[in-house]
Amino acid sequence: MNSTLRWATLGVVAAVLTGSAAAELIPTPSFSNHAVPTTRVPVADDVIWPLVDVAILALALGLATYLALVKRSRRGLVALAVASVLWFGFWRQGCVCPIGATQNVALAACDSSYVLPVSVLAFFLLPLVVTLFFGRTFCAAVCPLGAVQELAAVRPLQVPRWLDHALGLIPYLYLGVAVMFAATGTGFIVCRYDPFVAFFRLGGNTPMIVFGGCLLLLGIFVGRPYCRYLCPYGAILRVLAKFSKWRVHITPSECINCRLCEHVCPYGAIEPTTVEQPAAERAQGRRRLQVMLALAPVLILTFGGLGTLLATPLSQWHATVRLAEQVRAEELGVNAPPSDAAEAFRTSGQPASELYQSALGLRDRFFWLGGALGAWTGLVVSAKLIHLSVRRRRAGFQADRAGCVSCGRCYWYCPVEQVRLGWIAQPADAVAAQVNAETPKEMSA
Amino acid sequence: MSPPNSPVNSSKPPDRRQFLTDGARWLSVAALGAAGGALAVQHSASAEMRWQIDPNQCIACTNCATQCVLDESAVKAVQCFDLCGYCEICTGYFDPQYQKLDTAAENQLCPTGAVVRIFVEEKAGQKFFEYTIDELQCIGCGKCVKGCALMNGSLYLQVFHDRCVNCNECAIAVACPTQAFVRVSADRPYRMKRLAKQLIEQKAGKSSEARSLLEQVDPS
Repeated sequence: MNSTLRWATLGVVAAVLTGSAAAELIPTPSFSNHAVPTTRVPVADDVIWPLVDVAILALALGLATYLALVKRSRRGLVALAVASVLWFGFWRQGCVCPIGATQNVALAACDSSYVLPVSVLAFFLLPLVVTLFFGRTFCAAVCPLGAVQELAAVRPLQVPRWLDHALGLIPYLYLGVAVMFAATGTGFIVCRYDPFVAFFRLGGNTPMIVFGGCLLLLGIFVGRPYCRYLCPYGAILRVLAKFSKWRVHITPSECINCRLCEHVCPYGAIEPTTVEQPAAERAQGRRRLQVMLALAPVLILTFGGLGTLLATPLSQWHATVRLAEQVRAEELGVNAPPSDAAEAFRTSGQPASELYQSALGLRDRFFWLGGALGAWTGLVVSAKLIHLSVRRRRAGFQADRAGCVSCGRCYWYCPVEQVRLGWIAQPADAVAAQVNAETPKEMSA
Repeated sequence: MSPPNSPVNSSKPPDRRQFLTDGARWLSVAALGAAGGALAVQHSASAEMRWQIDPNQCIACTNCATQCVLDESAVKAVQCFDLCGYCEICTGYFDPQYQKLDTAAENQLCPTGAVVRIFVEEKAGQKFFEYTIDELQCIGCGKCVKGCALMNGSLYLQVFHDRCVNCNECAIAVACPTQAFVRVSADRPYRMKRLAKQLIEQKAGKSSEARSLLEQVDPS
């Protein structure tokens, strides 16, 4: 009995496999006393949440700006950071965020069939507009990634200037790669390698949890490592913040050049008062600027040319190219492990030549895109060199608009601010207290 | 060039810088506004997007069970009863090596016993069974889907939106070998097999249930 049934099954299976599927369809029987149930549709979730998120983002941006620039309240900003981590991080679980939305916007700009929800566009644009007027208050306490690192930075050390400048180039390059991959439909790498989303979801793939954990541990000693040395959205915000109308003013009135704020800024974003340069040094500086300006086109062209060499490795990130390579390897009998993708492709009946054509087309596209990425790298490097060669006059210690994330740490340490708050009678008291506090340490060291 | 300490020189550079900064800011605002406006008009979608599996592309490779960022995948199997043959020996239910025609664990394909087999009727010596998915048990491995594909293919995988956290880049979509993961509009967040859709469309004239079901299916 048992084996007969099994043979019968096999017969039906063979019939299905050989014949056309529609002809061999086993009809749903009509029962005398049983109604065929309706297929269940997975319930849709509430579409209202994204609009609530946009409203909350706007509210939080307003609040962060008020706390950072008007109220000058570090305590308020920390509270807001906790709230952001809880809401955008743990409750809303990190998606969609303005950092990732950059890629959706890039894809929408290049692929007209891609639908860009208005809420995602709003997530991308709101912090940019706020930054143009008020500086990076979004980074201060609204962004859950920034906020969680802000809370982690308890023993920040100063990163050497040269290292800070060098590592600071990475976000721009990451931005270039992310936009390129998003626009070509290759993937959203910023989301794929988001270090904290696994932490917010209390689950995820192990390498990213480890990476996120390492960044948070590093963040105890190096302030905001992701924001400063990786975040691609931060790179856009840095540029826009340079044009901001309002900004963090460390001291409420006259700077007394006590340098306390410079010591306390974990992000190396405070620039000292400049002293008048001797004429010879100025002339040298001018010459250096000229060299850097002349070097810029050379760098852009050289890196652009080098970038075109990356066509093959870059295109291999694209699923179509990978599939084409896999199919080709199996066709040639190269010792490649068989993959589901290649197997599925063969059963689909699509001719391999079509796949090869589209893969080659993509590789051509990546030749030019690699060049553009190289040119972008050259531009970023030369802009940094030019920026380092330009000298600006500053009266008093100032927050660098690009690097300042409006965390509000410097306010408390400014003696002039302490006088304004009524904590001390005159600025000299704070400086003396600081010197007293540091003297024993220095003597023992 | 005017001497460095002349009043003109000392007051002018900040003004000029101020002017350039203001200009750059308003230019940026205008550019962002124009780009944002163009994108909003071009794509004019107030609808949110959701991830869904196109069952016509899915090969039930088991990635859905393992690649989701959730510990328990957001993907689960769905039974389209209108397409099911109510077979006595279901290739989506029985392990090809089954020992006996019963519901014992060693005979089942499903690793969690999420496919429930219930006797319905006996007609002309043929027994008919109804197969339902117990969604609480289902882990979305698609073993039943792969088995059922040998026959009618009435079982297929779908993303359950009450579980899905709607990642901006779905981790399963990245690992999917056939690019079966697509973005669909959140108000019609469901995809169906072509055959299943045809069958339900035939019923739609008579049954309001079928009509409301089709209203939730992505039209493409």
